[in-house]
Amino acid sequence: MNDILIMIIVSFGALFILLAAVGLLRMSDFYLRISVTTKAATLGVGLTLLGLAMYFTKTNITTNVFAIIIFLFLTAPISAHVIGRASYFVGVPLWKKTKIDEIKGKYDSSTHDLLSGFETEEELQEKGDKKEKPNQE
Amino acid sequence: MTLEAYLTYIILPILSLAVLLVFIRFLLGPTLSDRVISLDLLITIGISIIAVFSIIYNMPSFLDIAMIFALIAFLSTVAFAYYLEKGKRNE
Repeated sequence: MNDILIMIIVSFGALFILLAAVGLLRMSDFYLRISVTTKAATLGVGLTLLGLAMYFTKTNITTNVFAIIIFLFLTAPISAHVIGRASYFVGVPLWKKTKIDEIKGKYDSSTHDLLSGFETEEELQEKGDKKEKPNQE
Repeated sequence: MTLEAYLTYIILPILSLAVLLVFIRFLLGPTLSDRVISLDLLITIGISIIAVFSIIYNMPSFLDIAMIFALIAFLSTVAFAYYLEKGKRNE
């Protein structure tokens, strides 16, 4: 009975990982590909590791497995955000059918500071002064 | 069908196919960022393959390597992103 449950869970995990791989290959844009690696693959690996935790029912191994799962679930969104932000600044092109680009023109191309769109005039001037000072020296 | 046979003859080929598809994207990848996330996904699938091998051979000590893989995947992605952005800024 336990074996069948492990089979089902590991099969779902492998299926999610296969779909993530197909999505990474077929998606048309770098920013769409990030969403695949950060959601489907993380869920697939989490399910596979859960099957492993059900196979070895000792406390020390189960703790180790859950540590890996929590670490993956914490770090996958962070790394996806970091690489997506860096790629946008470097200039990785968007898909040609992209309708809306919400942060276009809202970041400083030299300091890489993002603007919220709700800054007052004074705050914008302060930022401008800070940016100009290193250039004058 | 025992659990070991099922994992060996059905799950491992599926995971191998996934690795192959990701590797095609790693070779094709138009930009460096595509290659970085392909590498990240390759390591993540590697964790899953280690988990399946650990069930097949009944060796829970393989899990330590899976943990180190998870650490390396995160660190390498963040380091690549950092140097990608830094290199652009200094131009």
